[in-house]
Formats: sequence, C-alpha cells, structure tokens
Amino acid sequence: MKLPPFDYACPTSVAEAVALLASHDGEAKPLAGGQSLVPMLAFRVALPSLLVDLRKVAELRRITITNEGIALGAMVRWREILDDARLRTAHPLLVAAVAHVAHYQIRNRGTVGGSMAHADPAAEMPGIAVTCEAKIAVTGMAGARVIAAADFFQGPLMTALRSDEIITEIRLPLWPAKRRFGFQEFARRRGDFAMAAAAVFYDEDGGKAHNAHVGAIGVADRPLRLQAAEDAINGNSIDEAVIAKAEAAASASVDPADDIHASGAYRKALVGVMVERALRDAAGLKTT
Amino acid sequence: MSMTAPKRASNLFVGSPIERLEDLRFLTGRGQYVDDLAAENMLHAAILRSSVAHGRIRGVDSSAARARPGVHAVITAADIGKVPTIPLRHDPTPAIRRFEQPVIAHGKVRYVGEPIAVVLAESAALAEDALEAIAVDIEALPVVADRELARKNEIILFETVGTNVPDTITAVRGKADDAAFNSAPYRRREHFSVQRHAAVPMEPRGLLAEWDAQKERITVRGACKVPFTNRRALAQMMNLPEASVRMVEYDVGGGFGARGEFYPEDFLIPFAARLLGRPVKWTEDRRENLTALNHARDMECDLEIACARDGTLIALRAHACTDIGAYVRTNGATASRNIAQVLAGPYRIPHVRVDVSLVITNKTPVGTYRGPGRFESDFCRERLFDMAAADLGIDRVEFRRRNLIREADMPYALPKVQVLDIASECDSGDYQITLDRCLAEFKWAERAKLDGELIGGRHHGIAVGCYLEGGGTGPRENVRLAVEADGSISLFVGSSSVGQGVETVFAQIAADALEVPMERINRVLHGSTDYVAQGYGSFSSRSIVMGGNAIMDAAQKLRTLIREAAAKRLQCQANDIVIDRGMAVGPAPARAAIALKEFAGLCADGTFASDKRTYSYGAHAAYVAVDAKTGHVELIDYVAVEDVGRIVNPLTLHGQCIGAVVQGLGGAFLEHFIYDENGQLLTGSFADYLMPTASDFPQIRAVALEDKPSPLNPMGAKGAGEGGIIPVGGVVANAVAAALGSLGVEPRDLPLSPPRLWQMIQAARATGAAR
Ligand SMILES: Cc1cc2nc3c(=O)[nH]c(=O)nc-3n(C[C@H](O)[C@H](O)[C@H](O)COP(=O)(O)OP(=O)(O)OC[C@H]3O[C@@H](n4cnc5c(N)ncnc54)[C@H](O)[C@@H]3O)c2cc1C
Repeated sequence: MKLPPFDYACPTSVAEAVALLASHDGEAKPLAGGQSLVPMLAFRVALPSLLVDLRKVAELRRITITNEGIALGAMVRWREILDDARLRTAHPLLVAAVAHVAHYQIRNRGTVGGSMAHADPAAEMPGIAVTCEAKIAVTGMAGARVIAAADFFQGPLMTALRSDEIITEIRLPLWPAKRRFGFQEFARRRGDFAMAAAAVFYDEDGGKAHNAHVGAIGVADRPLRLQAAEDAINGNSIDEAVIAKAEAAASASVDPADDIHASGAYRKALVGVMVERALRDAAGLKTT
Repeated sequence: MSMTAPKRASNLFVGSPIERLEDLRFLTGRGQYVDDLAAENMLHAAILRSSVAHGRIRGVDSSAARARPGVHAVITAADIGKVPTIPLRHDPTPAIRRFEQPVIAHGKVRYVGEPIAVVLAESAALAEDALEAIAVDIEALPVVADRELARKNEIILFETVGTNVPDTITAVRGKADDAAFNSAPYRRREHFSVQRHAAVPMEPRGLLAEWDAQKERITVRGACKVPFTNRRALAQMMNLPEASVRMVEYDVGGGFGARGEFYPEDFLIPFAARLLGRPVKWTEDRRENLTALNHARDMECDLEIACARDGTLIALRAHACTDIGAYVRTNGATASRNIAQVLAGPYRIPHVRVDVSLVITNKTPVGTYRGPGRFESDFCRERLFDMAAADLGIDRVEFRRRNLIREADMPYALPKVQVLDIASECDSGDYQITLDRCLAEFKWAERAKLDGELIGGRHHGIAVGCYLEGGGTGPRENVRLAVEADGSISLFVGSSSVGQGVETVFAQIAADALEVPMERINRVLHGSTDYVAQGYGSFSSRSIVMGGNAIMDAAQKLRTLIREAAAKRLQCQANDIVIDRGMAVGPAPARAAIALKEFAGLCADGTFASDKRTYSYGAHAAYVAVDAKTGHVELIDYVAVEDVGRIVNPLTLHGQCIGAVVQGLGGAFLEHFIYDENGQLLTGSFADYLMPTASDFPQIRAVALEDKPSPLNPMGAKGAGEGGIIPVGGVVANAVAAALGSLGVEPRDLPLSPPRLWQMIQAARATGAAR
C-alpha cells in the first residue's frame, strides 16, 4: 500500500492549476483533501503521473453568502462548514447532511470539491447538490462554465468534468428562513458511507406544502431526486397518510442493485423509511 | 493521574488498581514497534501474493522485476530448493499434518494471498513497484469456496491426499446416543452458523532479520506470542542449531491469538537476509494483513439437546463443520478441538457427543482468535437454550440456573477429546455467583418488564448467558529474578507481551513476592529468547497463571538466597532475617539493615509447570432495542461478570474485559470476511470489513470477582484475557430474539447485520410466524 510514483505540483492559482492539468495528457489529477484519492493511490487503482495539489489556491477556500444563495469554494473543508455559524441558518440542510460525512479526522481534511469530483453515489454533498438544484462552477483550458448538479453526476465515480477542468465553486440557491426540512441517513457505523439517506425540504403556504424536494443517496449509481415522493407531498398538509404515501412512492421509484452489504430489496425499503423519517422531521411529527 | 506505581509497603500490589507501567512509554511516544526499527544497509521486502484462489503454477518470470531500479533480488520457490512446511504447534495428528502450509507456493496456489515471490529492494515502495513486473503464469482450477463443495470431494486441493476433510474431532462424555434422545421427554434440534471473521490487531505484523555470516547466526526482531516455539521451527527450516537463532520481541500492538504464530513470512524474511547477506525488513500492510493473517470462526453446527419437562438437560449432541481454509496452520485445528470440548459450556449434561469435521477450502487458513471455538460454541448453545426454555415454558434464567455445574460437582470432567486424548476438568467455582451478580447489576427483574415491548417504534429485548473460559495452559513457564548493582531487581520471563500489560502485573507479583516496593522491580524483560533458557509465551489466557506462579517460585528462592547471605553477614539464622522495604533486616534488638544492592549478583530461577487448565467462568447480559424498519440493533446496556480466581490488577483486567466484549460485538454485528464463488475476498479493506469503533458500543459494564481461587496454582489465578468475548454472540442474539419474539424472528446465523435482520423480519411477517 505504498503510493505509486508520481510527480507533484502545488500551484497558487486556478489558472496555474488548470495549465498543469492540461500539460499531462489527462494523466494528471487534482489533489484536494486526499481522503479519497490517497487511498486509491495506496490501492494502486489510481495511477496519475502528476498530482496538482490545490491547497494553496486561496480563491477556492471561501464560503460566500449573498442574496442569491451560498457559494462554497471547492477547497472548503467539512469542518469549515460545520464551524461556520452563518450556515446554520443560511443552509441548515447542508449542515445537517455534512454532519454525517465520515469521521472527525476526515472531516478536517475532506473538501466539498473533492467529494463532488469523486462522485461516490452514497456521498452526502452530491446528494445535497442534486436535491437543492446546485450549480457547479468549473474552469478548464477552454474557460469557465457552469454545470447543473442534475447533469454533473453520470455514474459511480463519473462526472461531466473534463480532465483539464477543476471545480471552483458549488452554488446552492437561497434558502428561505421558513423552509421545512429533514435529513435522515442509515449507515452500518456512524461515519460510514450511507446505506441509504434522504434529504427532504418543502415550503409552506396556508398549511400546505409546495416546492417539495426529495433527494436520495446510496440507492442508485448517482444521487437521485425522487419526483414521485415530491408529488405525494406537494399540495398537501403533512399528515400520516401523506407520509405513508411519500414513503411508498420513494421506495417504488428506486431499483437498487444487490451488493455484498445489502440486497436491493433492503435498500429499496430503506430509502422509503429514510424519506418517511426525514419528512416527519420536516413536519415536526413524532414516530408512531 | 500518576503514571508510576504508588510507593507503598510491600505485599500490597497484587489486587491494586495500579496504572500500567507501559503507558508512560506509550503516551510519550517512546514505544518501539518493529516498524520503528532500521538496520544499516537494510533491504525492504514486498511479497507477491496469489490473486487466484486455486491454480497450478506454470511459471514465475521475475526477470523484469529484477531489472527494476533499486531491486536487489526476487525470491521464488525455485530459490528455496526443498520448500519446508510450517509445523503444527497444536493438535498435530498425522491426519491433520498432511495439510501443512509450505512457506511459499510451489506447484499450486490454494488461496488468494498465498505468497509466491519476495522482492528485495532499496525501499518498500520500490519493492512494491516491482511486484507488478513479476509475470506469474497460473492455470486456474475450479475453486472450492464453501464447506458444502469441499465435502463433496469433487475438486480436491491436495491431490496426493485425496480429500478435503483433514479430520473429524470428537469429544464424548457419557453416552449421547439415539437411546438417550429417543427416551427424552423433550428435544430440539437446530442449525446454526458463525461467519468467518478474525483477530485484526491494530499493528500489522513486521519482521527485521539480520544474518551474521561470520557467526552463522540469525536475529529476528518482531517476534511475539511464542518466540521459543518459533525459534525451534525456524532453526529446523534454516538448518541451524537453536542457539544460532535469536528472536527479539518489541512492543506489540495487539495479538488476539493471530499475531506471533509462525507464518510463511517468518521463514521468508530470515531466509532472504541470509541469502543476500543484508538485513531485511518487511512490514505487512493492511491489505495483505486481511488475507495473510489467520482468519477464524467460520463454522456451522447442527445441534440437538434433550431435556426433562422441568428443563433438566439430559443430553447434547452435535455435528459441527469448520472451514479452516486452504492449509492447516500452526494452531488451525484448535478452535475445532475446542468446539468439541466446550460446546456443552458450563452446564451439567450427563451425555454429550460432539463431532467437528474440519474442511479445507480455497480461503485464507484459520488459526486461533481470542476465545477460539468458544465464541462459536456459545452462540449455538445459548441460542438453542433460549428456544428450548420458551418451548418448555420455563424462565430463561431458571433454565440456566437449574443446569449450571454446581460447586459440589467440582472437579467436573468436560467431554474428552478422543483422538487427541485431551481430558480437561473444571477446577473450581460456583457458577451461580456470577449469574446472580450479573442479574443484579443488570437489574434483570426491572428490565424484564420491557422485554419484547415495542417502545418508541423499537422492539426491546434482554438476554443473559453463562460461559466458561479455559486458561492457564501448560506445560510450563520459566522466570529468573536477579539483584542488580543498584539494588533493583530484574525480572526475566518466558511469557510474551501482546499489549496486555504483563510488565505491570508481573512487577506487582514480583514486588509482593519479594516484599519490596514496586519501583524496585526495575525491568520486566520478556518475550525474547535471550532472557530465559526456555519460555512458552502468551496464549490461552496463560501469562499470569503460568508466568505469575513461576515468579512466585523464583521470588521464594531469591528471598532464601538473600536471607542466607544476610544471615552470614549478621551472624544470625536465615530465619531471623526479614525483608522489608528493600532492606534485609536482622533480628532485634539491633535490627541491622543491609541494602539490597549489597546482594548484587544473586539470582534465582523459578518455574511453574501444570498440565491442567484453569476455568474462569461468568455471565453476561444484554439489553437491546431493534428498529424493525432498518434492522438496526442498538445496544442499550451490557453487563459482564466474571470470576477469575485471583485479580492481580483490576484496571488491566477491566480493560481486557471491555475490549473483549467490544471485539465480540464486532463479531456479532459487523465483521465478516465475505468470499465470492471464485474465492476472491470481497471485504478486503476496512471500507468493507467493518471493525467496531469507540462510538459504536458505548455502554458496557464489567465486574470482576475473585470468589473461587483455582486450587491448581499457589496464586489461585485463572485465565482472564478471553472471557469477555466468549458469550457475546449468543447473548446479543438472544436479546434480539427476545426483542423480536412477537414477530417470531429467531436468529440462527451471525452476524446480525441490519439487512439480514430486516430480511428475517420480512420473512417472518410473510409466513405469519408472529405469535
Ligand atoms: C473512512 C472514510 C469515510 C468516509 N465517509 C464518507 C461519508 O460518509 N460521506 C462522504 O461524503 N464522504 C466520505 N468519505 C470521503 C471524504 O468525504 C472525502 O474527503 C471526499 O470524498 C473527497 O474529498 P477530498 O477533498 O478528500 O478529495 P481528494 O481525495 O483529494 O480527491 C478526490 C477526487 O476528486 C478530485 N478532485 C479534488 N478536488 C477537485 C477539484 N476542485 N476539481 C476537480 N477534481 C477534484 C481528485 O482528483 C480525486 O479524483 C470518507 C472517507 C474516508 C477515508
């Protein structure tokens, strides 16, 4: 588990980083927190010729909160999200989800951009990005572009990024103060990747829910929006019947594969339970 | 918190909660593990391991690897010549010996992870780089990936032997035949299984071997557990006299039975050092650790009991089958043998017959893991007892109480292991004491009201179980005590440390036995072949029983020597001399005192021999809440009570017990080596092989008693390192069964993973098993 040979560079600007990536024929990789990439190097499943360490690129480390929403620089670490008091009101769902990411030490190193680029189908940040309709700002040799989260994730560990592009920012739309939300996750041990998790939010008007967003991770090859569950919520006041409907709809809309840790049937049921519980949290209803 | 032993009058250390002397070294970063070592001119080894589970080796071409920068050599079977096999340390029946592991694959590979070649290079990274350049041509053969396939004997791993079933070990007490069962008023038969999992020490293995060409001597650093046995094995394989092999132990980050046995690397690394004439170091990485270190526990068991209507047990019979992997390693049959002997547990059962068939499969070989065979046995037996008690309408506690071996039955003969002719008997104890104490600590009566209740969406359940822990295994241990020039005492012992705190407890025992303050025991030197002529090491909960009593013997002799020497000087009788606070004090009225340093050079050898095991015993209780919608089990409370005969250090004992319980919970809920049908390990990293972490099971309580000392040794000590793990699987599975009783869920297989429990709940609902 010694790392394979590679070259190393530590640029201080995005432009420099992109140029370095482009100079190695797709064989170079950005290094962020290293919490996914370094294990892959140790297992020799990743064999890049050059690592472009982003830790000194100051422009990637900002958390910006404006009237339009929240922008998380790619190099923002989990710890910084959890420690930023503003985010608890500016985006409580993000904070709730990030609290489930890995363990203390890993949260001190792992980054938002690294997680998005790594695109683990059970990772929280990609799930939040998809659920909240985030925009992903990237820069490459051809310049900057913005990709909708729904288009960004293309499969397990696969994204719309080109090999010379780096993620610069994840932009989450403005979060209204009265929005109701819940986040529920089930993992074998605290800090493990989710066997399934659900993020739910909706806005209220005259006691009725609208603009429902339901997202799920761990149940497909990428994070999902569960439209059927959203339909079960929209236009209703949340009661036991609606919760049961949303649970059933969530279950019915996924088709997870069997793997060594669980059967597809288990995950299918589990995602329903996570939606049920997240919706309960959102509505402030106790478990029966 | 003081890190040194309190300064107090002698005769007070044994039994005191003295903080570990080792910890100051560890906490200040002065621990020295084998990977911390370096030798001048050292080469690093990396091992090419088979990626194929079963195949014939057509050729190994290492020329490209040899040409790599920094690579000095590549060793394959061809370089070794006649490839030795690793001798069995335990249970070497002729039948089992046919399956010994060669130190390197030749002719065939039989499991993923089997060593094929060793690269020696300037650095560990360069050595690993070169592995990829070795071309191995293997003709893949059909794979035996499970017990059932193995028993069919259609695909054979050892063609010359012609069977995949090395042996069946049988243990018998009374006559558990059809007659006993047919005439019984009640009987129940069930099938259980325990999954393959293993000891996973925090520190992987490592070795640093140095060959002294002039003196033809090999020094191997990184030995542990059984250095003397391994010295014998290595000397034989390298064709050297034992005296030319030196094993040196450093700090060890956990053993749990697996680390320190003789593995292929224990030959390959010293062999490479001799071949190249340069020191060679190898550090196992975690990935290889999970396929190279012994696996354990993999068994299934068809178990039947017969009892009277009042629950009195009449007979127990079983056929268990253990999957021991591709070879029989040093102690690969031990768990199987234990299952045969201890499946009946601490219960009075007149008629017992247990047959355990060992089968060979294309998987990593097994060895002992803390509580070998005992964890598995207890799961099967305690599960069946709860089922039987429910059938008979008898309270679960009452069922156990009625059947526990009584003090009046001591010594109580356990079933005798037939071919190996191993008899063993429970030495002493009152098994009701630990059961009662456990129930009281647990507040059983109060908690029983919650049993089977659905509270806040979760099903609550409780359970209790009893167990035996065999320990103090012989044959012997040796100790030397010496007075140094500064008046301090050095203690040399054949026991080993695997991190369990032997330095502290041995210093306590020696200080009391010599009637000197504890800080006088300046050094406790253990685990290396330098210190005593012959040592036996640390396994089977034996260090305090064997090493501790040997210290008592040596101390007795040293005190006599000191008193005789003092008497000579003071011209009095040796009997008149007392040893007090590190002085030899003459008779009144003068009370002339001579400092110990005046006796520098005196030393005494002590020994303790025993061919009988001690039996600690205890009871554990668990309280769980099960989320039926996710299959998650929360452990709300866990109480462990044990009687270890004599407590040397309540702190270290408490740590042993808590750690063992957590390890047991890992085996009950999380840890699982899953193989596919091609013999590939699918859970070969910590991402998939789930170890319990500190936050998973916060609520564990442990109580230790010393009510019934062992009659087998002067200290009255019994083993205490393994008890904590033994009953865990059975107890938590019973608690889960109790919680889900209304749904009719009866776990018969470990681990109790959420998807499996969820599946069982679904199945029970579908078949309407709910009561
Ligand atoms: C034990 C363990 C448990 C974990 N549990 C969880 C969990 O529960 N949930 C979870 O979400 N994650 C978990 N993780 C992963 C962790 O969150 C990682 O930190 C994260 O997935 C990757 O972030 P990183 O900054 O470490 O990226 P790195 O490991 O440095 O990089 C990951 C990948 O992203 C690429 N990359 C990095 N930054 C950029 C960028 N700006 N632009 C383009 N590409 C980039 C790299 O080239 C690499 O391919 C766990 C990790 C470990 C070791």
